[in-house]
Amino acid sequence: MKEQYTYVEFLICLAARLIEDNRTVFIGYGMPQVAAILAQRLYAPNICQVYEYGAIGPEVATPFRRNMMADTRNSYRAFMWTTMNPTIAMASAGNIDYGILGAAQVDQFGNINSTQVGGTYERPGIRFTGSGGGNEVASLCWRTVIVMEHEKRRFVPRVDFITSPGYLDGTPNAREQAGLPRGTGPYRVISSLALFDFDPATRRMRLIGTAPGVSVKDVQDNLQFELPVADKVSELEPPREAELKMLREVIDPDRVVIGRV
Amino acid sequence: MTKLMTLRDAIARFVPHGSRVVMSAALESLIPFAAGHEIIRQRIRDLTLVGPISDILFDQLIGAGCARKIIAAWVGNVSAGLGHNYRRAQEQGIPHRLEIWDHSNFTISLALLAGGLGVPYIPTYSLLGSDLPQTNPTFQQAPSPFGGEKTLLVPALQPEVAILHVQRSDEHGNAHAWGNLGISEEAALASQRVIIVAEEIVPRAVIVSDPNRVLAPSFKVCAVVHAPGGAHPSSVQGYYSRDHAFYHEYHRATRTAEENDRWLAEWVREVKDRAEYLQKLGDARWRSLQLKEHRYAAPVDYGY
Repeated sequence: MKEQYTYVEFLICLAARLIEDNRTVFIGYGMPQVAAILAQRLYAPNICQVYEYGAIGPEVATPFRRNMMADTRNSYRAFMWTTMNPTIAMASAGNIDYGILGAAQVDQFGNINSTQVGGTYERPGIRFTGSGGGNEVASLCWRTVIVMEHEKRRFVPRVDFITSPGYLDGTPNAREQAGLPRGTGPYRVISSLALFDFDPATRRMRLIGTAPGVSVKDVQDNLQFELPVADKVSELEPPREAELKMLREVIDPDRVVIGRV
Repeated sequence: MTKLMTLRDAIARFVPHGSRVVMSAALESLIPFAAGHEIIRQRIRDLTLVGPISDILFDQLIGAGCARKIIAAWVGNVSAGLGHNYRRAQEQGIPHRLEIWDHSNFTISLALLAGGLGVPYIPTYSLLGSDLPQTNPTFQQAPSPFGGEKTLLVPALQPEVAILHVQRSDEHGNAHAWGNLGISEEAALASQRVIIVAEEIVPRAVIVSDPNRVLAPSFKVCAVVHAPGGAHPSSVQGYYSRDHAFYHEYHRATRTAEENDRWLAEWVREVKDRAEYLQKLGDARWRSLQLKEHRYAAPVDYGY
């Protein structure tokens, strides 16, 4: 049977299933927003979504408007709508369990680059947008989940610029040495090919699951670094019917985020 | 005395060449595009643009040659991705390279909070371990004198002027704003002066009926401008929605420096003011952005 879902649907469903109910979750821009909405509708009705623009606990109105963080509908039924300082303060004080972020470029230690590639800081090859609130999510939430489409050029040994910190250079306690809150850091990377965790000893990204029809070698061939593989690599469950129905009929009926099969 | 004036007068009087200007303090909403366009028309130069997530307003000011320096967390196009003018400036020096002090949302927020508090800096754990402290020379790292924890010291910013778009204001600059405010309050308190651009000018009685909703002390406000639609294409909660298509159109229309010049001529330089801009946008499009449903808050009782 031909694939009945898109890569984006696949990774959004994976991310949604990873979100635990009754947790506080700082939501980054893009696919994380859709994953959080899906999670809230199907699996985690009591999650508290936190958005940098100040909405705490909204039940985001659907259909979801693509590529928009602070749309006028995205704060629907928030139980609190404050400003940015108090919101990020909640992460800074240790009150946010998960942060979910997209990434343009990630390295084997989970560092994210959204500043520049190539050249120098003053004369970059390509200048990106900069951190926004991404650094805070990666620095201050307990567990960071990175959600991204899988392209070889995006998975590099070392990012050109650390905008949002992962495990830095991978040395033991590198984050704590730098002064970041103890016990925080990247938790999972969800790509359209695979699911990764971070080896507790080496802090390197490690393969723990592959998408249906994707081999370990396929994943290894699509990274620019050597990829450790966990003892047990599970085959990841494809999107469930209820998930696809919710995504296609309620959340994104125009399929601007999830795409078309 | 009334502070009501035209946008042209407000920009000419209070945004001189070389100013540090806070705009887009409310992130993706309430972006003072009308004011930014007036800055471009008046060819104000050497500005330092200060903001968290500036969306395409900073990109436009950069492409028009108004900026010399950027103190911001994010410059680009929230709907379409990267900003062509920002890229051209840094990658090719067109129209010229900018000095950039990269921040994150939290550190720009703390810089303005410190400015508003009148203290020299605020410590945080944000940015530690990242490359941002190396490229922004204003950050310092120091252990806490109390517990020895490593911290990043974010120095206070006190810009010359903040330009804030709001839902409504009286003629003295007592302004109500709601929805996404981002760091608007911090920006107003930190800046030496505040320009209020409002969808509606209302009697003082409306403002004092709900003083908890007032954004900033009006004694800091130097000008109040009535500019309905002045935040288009960004959204104003309770007034109009974001014009998503406009951001994509801008992205497509500014791929080269020449195309960008044409876009600026068409949408900014050859447009007299916001009223003419809305006329150019067209009735049908403007109507399509108006509210589809109202959601009123329950009234609050300030009685005693």
